[in-house]
Amino acid sequence: MSDLIKIFVAAFLINNIILMRFIALCSYIGMTSDVGQSVGMGLAVTFVTVMASAVTWPIYYWILKPNGLEFLEILVFIVVIAALVQLVEFYLKKSVPALYHAMGIYLPLITTNCAILAVTFDQITYNYNFVQSIVFAVAVSLGYLLAMLLLAGVRQRLKNSPIPSFMMDTPILFLTTSVIAVAFMGFAGLIK
Amino acid sequence: MKRLFGVFVNGLIVENPLFIIMIGLCSSMAVTTTVANGIGMGVALTFVLVMSELIISLFRNLIPDSIRMPIFLIVIAAFTTIMDLEMKAYFPVLSKSMGVFIPLVVVNCIVMGRVEAFSSKQPVLDSIFDGFGMGLGYTWVLIALAVVRELLGNGTLLGFQIMPSSFSPMIFFILPPGGFLVFALWMAASNDLRRKLLAGRKPEPTQDSCCTLPENGSTEKA
Repeated sequence: MSDLIKIFVAAFLINNIILMRFIALCSYIGMTSDVGQSVGMGLAVTFVTVMASAVTWPIYYWILKPNGLEFLEILVFIVVIAALVQLVEFYLKKSVPALYHAMGIYLPLITTNCAILAVTFDQITYNYNFVQSIVFAVAVSLGYLLAMLLLAGVRQRLKNSPIPSFMMDTPILFLTTSVIAVAFMGFAGLIK
Repeated sequence: MKRLFGVFVNGLIVENPLFIIMIGLCSSMAVTTTVANGIGMGVALTFVLVMSELIISLFRNLIPDSIRMPIFLIVIAAFTTIMDLEMKAYFPVLSKSMGVFIPLVVVNCIVMGRVEAFSSKQPVLDSIFDGFGMGLGYTWVLIALAVVRELLGNGTLLGFQIMPSSFSPMIFFILPPGGFLVFALWMAASNDLRRKLLAGRKPEPTQDSCCTLPENGSTEKA
């Protein structure tokens, strides 16, 4: 149990996927102009990441590895995730229309979201078992949600602040991110 | 010839993927702790970009429009796998220090964006020049970032000691927050220069299409 908590805290705070590992920055900058939108995107990513991990782990250990096809990892994972996102979209549209309207519009953006692919590769690199993989996926995507929410909150304030014309638009966002990342450095000692 | 040159320069400055269109940001900050890593990543991405653009441009009239995205993905993934294996074989140290960012080239918006926006419609030669232009545009930004970060954070350039021994390295620049800071300052400088150059002329709107929702709410394109 304690190793699961360690994996969770490490992936959620210490190695936060956006602030410490620079993964999924495009959607971090592109989707945080509105708090509601950033939460929707965060939840959609959480949902798909966990599902993708649950699918790619068995594929790697039960199909690719016994046949010596590990080098096909990149090709197989990206195709599986793209297909999965399509299936999820169809299913939600048909069966849970309310949920589809809340997060369905973010689903097409998710296929090319680096966070999901990075999680599936990391689980293989770190030799996690199935339960550890799922915990890791949940933690990483909640860390993604947290970082999105933090920047979306700050951006509400930035709208009404006098920003030096030199730093207008995107540079100020990266400067803000730098300050948030400094704060997250403080979590580094949390796990021995 | 002049047209090809225009296509080439376009990626270097006018539509620089990192500073202007703002795509492919992830790897740009993660690998630029040393100049060697920056160059390695730049070359790797340029290879995947040029080869994918070449292949897709060759087959652009044969690919059915409705399933073009999966086909693009598979072509890009194939070249990423080739590049990943080559790097592991010939540059194991470099490959290890870049870690997960090499396989992540497959979802790098630069490759997908250029293939979709450019080489699925343009002739082969133009596509190759566009690939080289965009790849070099990406590489020079990586080198610019890495020079600042390695010099201030470690006192070295390409592993050689540059700063005098009395200089104490500012570790901050090697750590993630330093990456964001250096990128913010470089981008601000580049935008400022662009604003001054374009003063009087109306700058065209720039935004990345693969990571934001389209304005009219239609989701078909992404």
